Amino acid sequence: MAAETPVVELKQITKRFPGIVANDSISIKLHKGEIHALLGENGAGKSTLMNILFGLYQPDEGHIEINGAPVAIDSPNKANELGIGMVHQHFKLVQPFTVTENIILGMEPSKAGGQIDYKTASEKVKKLSDQYGFHINPNARIEDISVGMQQRVEILKTLYRGANILIFDEPTAVLTPQEILELIEIMRRLVAEGKSIILITHKLKEIMSVSDTVTIIRRGKVIDTVKTAETSPFELAEKMVGRNVSFKVDKKPAAPGEKVVEISGVTVKNKDGIAMLDGMTFDVRRGEIVGVAGVDGNGQTELIEALSGLRKIDSGSIKLGGREIGGQTPRKIFEAGVGHIPEDRHKHGLVLDFSVSENMVLESYYKEPYTKRGFLNFRAINELASRLVSSFDVRTPSIQTKARSLSGGNQQKAIIAREINKNPDFLIAAQPTRGLDVGAIEFVQSQLIQQRDQGKAVLLVSFELDEILNVSDRIVVVYEGKVIGEVRPEETNDQELGLMMAGSKQGGHMHESSK
Amino acid sequence: MNQANKILKWFVSDSFIVSLAAIVLGLLLGAVVMLVGGYNPIEAYAALVTRVFGSAYGIGEMLRETAPLLLTGLAVAFAFRAGMFNIGAEGQVLMGMTGASIIAITLPGIPTGLHMILAVIFGALFGGVWAGIAGFLKAKRGVNEVITTIMLNWIALFLSNYIVRTFLLLKGDQRSENIPASASASIDWLSSAMNNARVHWGIPVAFLAAVFFYYFLWKTKQGFELRAVGSNADAAHYAGINVGRNIVKAMFISGVFAGLAGAFEVLGVFHYQAIYSASPGYGFNGIAVALLGMNHPFGVMAGAALFGTLSYGSGGMSFEAGVPPEIIQIVIGSIIFFIAAQGIVRFVIKPFYGKRKKEKVL
Repeated sequence: MAAETPVVELKQITKRFPGIVANDSISIKLHKGEIHALLGENGAGKSTLMNILFGLYQPDEGHIEINGAPVAIDSPNKANELGIGMVHQHFKLVQPFTVTENIILGMEPSKAGGQIDYKTASEKVKKLSDQYGFHINPNARIEDISVGMQQRVEILKTLYRGANILIFDEPTAVLTPQEILELIEIMRRLVAEGKSIILITHKLKEIMSVSDTVTIIRRGKVIDTVKTAETSPFELAEKMVGRNVSFKVDKKPAAPGEKVVEISGVTVKNKDGIAMLDGMTFDVRRGEIVGVAGVDGNGQTELIEALSGLRKIDSGSIKLGGREIGGQTPRKIFEAGVGHIPEDRHKHGLVLDFSVSENMVLESYYKEPYTKRGFLNFRAINELASRLVSSFDVRTPSIQTKARSLSGGNQQKAIIAREINKNPDFLIAAQPTRGLDVGAIEFVQSQLIQQRDQGKAVLLVSFELDEILNVSDRIVVVYEGKVIGEVRPEETNDQELGLMMAGSKQGGHMHESSK
Repeated sequence: MNQANKILKWFVSDSFIVSLAAIVLGLLLGAVVMLVGGYNPIEAYAALVTRVFGSAYGIGEMLRETAPLLLTGLAVAFAFRAGMFNIGAEGQVLMGMTGASIIAITLPGIPTGLHMILAVIFGALFGGVWAGIAGFLKAKRGVNEVITTIMLNWIALFLSNYIVRTFLLLKGDQRSENIPASASASIDWLSSAMNNARVHWGIPVAFLAAVFFYYFLWKTKQGFELRAVGSNADAAHYAGINVGRNIVKAMFISGVFAGLAGAFEVLGVFHYQAIYSASPGYGFNGIAVALLGMNHPFGVMAGAALFGTLSYGSGGMSFEAGVPPEIIQIVIGSIIFFIAAQGIVRFVIKPFYGKRKKEKVL
């Protein structure tokens, strides 16, 4: 293998931005038929490197060789010509267009007279789809198909353009566990057909299961390149963050106290009158973390929105410390003692065009001392922000920096700082570690456990089974808007949970409400 | 010291330089058009400047021209900061005129000064309520404010014409009766000092409104809410801010600005209200001014002053240099174009300040 010419070789690529060196003399070899993972924390320089390979940036030093010949990739079009295709993390698809229309966009085959030849195009798409086992309907509209399918369209788009080298940028961030398995299958099939893949990720589990080689990048430098078969997740994590990382979440056994939150018979209907929450019932006690496990779309979002007042409930009751909070406004609910780390930090958690310090008082700006006689008291606001930024280690150039320019991990830390600072009795954490790297995940999870140890009730909603199993003290499994079972993490495993999440009750203990 | 630094920083800021360049490009384009038409642009621009700054009267009239542009510009910018596009400043100006006229003409005998203040307040409220209707419809029913404000413009035009014709008409004329002296907003002593330029209290009020805009939006609790709703309504809702109420409030305040413009035009400039066959265009110019000022109150101030200068000065161009005053519409139009198409401006000025560091890193 070593003797063979690599399909892509990056030689001593250096890219500087004012103030930082994003890539510092990075060299990587990608061989034919290989899945090469690029591992690194957020901001380590993976994306910059791939943008250089894809022609979006020019390297300051170093060069790129394709099949042994030096090339200058000065635009994404050039990259396409050279057979490099990129599957972006955020899909670039036109929602009302069909699969075929999206795939041919920009290079539409035309019949005589300038008409677009949809028939040939969709046949070609169908053929490619069959070849790699994509099971895609070329005439479906993007808005009607699942996220996993949309990603396949992105992959097809690159294949249609003749890509031999595929770059996957955090491909699993948006997928359900089932879809991740299918994606891994597809990637294997692609390399079996002679394609080569660069996989950018910070998820160790995927790397271990799919890649052949791993290159670890930290602060713009290559730390090491290793064969996946010869390494372990622990070694990789340590190399990635530069210190020891514990995977087993370190926590004492829970000492649950009295019930803080009682959710009983909560029903929420969507606009079409379909019950998204269908008599959901469970409770959360003081000093415990309750994990909500379930496949996406089984009522998790509606549950969080009902609990935090973003959505009215149609029936049932939500009690906090014995007081009904169901259907009240978000502010009343916050004031009653609920903290909420929202699922979508860009949509709900932050006003991205506000400064870090303004975001820190997003929910408390109207109170003394942040507002005095109707005027904002910037001294108090900035004091609070500086304190939170330093105690929660939010890395930001200043508290006046816009939230938009922070990395995902630091944005999440800022939200967590704000929510925990409210000292809530009940903390809702929805997908709190989504898109974060190992170091940040560790931080977030330890914060949740710390809240629990201080006697707070914590509700953790997550699609990461490992997280549910490691962090929760008790797991409720939801399916079609109901609690379908309740298990203790130490008495179950991911297979059993997976089955329950798919709607099977076997193995799980029937929940008390369904007796 | 710190403050001085801040101001200095602003002058070399990107948006300031781009705006300045857009203005220069607009003037140049106007000059080219004049050359093509066989006129002397230098002479024309000189005439423009002389007309405005050559006499106290010119300055006064320029300010008179600026005041309604500033207020309608603020109206559009304010709504924009709260996430809405208020196309309806035009209708709100008309309603402001009507509100002021009603109080001024139908309630004679109120003491001088008080009468004027009352009329101004009513004009402002009329404008505010008129915009508030659009805000209410958006907040309650999700109706796009662009559609409703455009429709309300037409309703305002015909409603105010109807009111003037039915209740306030000067017999045999296409306008209302004159407002009584007790309701006049003209500043007579200053006016006579400026050779009878039509200066009125609306001018200082307009500038104070810009200052109010700034403090309200960036220094108060309510402004914080408005900005949060404007930048991310979902996050504002999550944070417990009543989004609907803020939408109505923002539109109301926006309409108050426009209403003030209308009220002062009636009370301070014309001293009667005309029956308009078509919208007079104050509100539409306000959109341009807001765009030029990048929706910042002080930017709007500068933008309004520029427009005021150009449009008042254009009279001098035709008088002194024989250049048709419509040329100035080309200049104004191209300035707006260059502001909107900043890419072109950046391309043109790149050689002049390409050395500046402007790379952004994550």
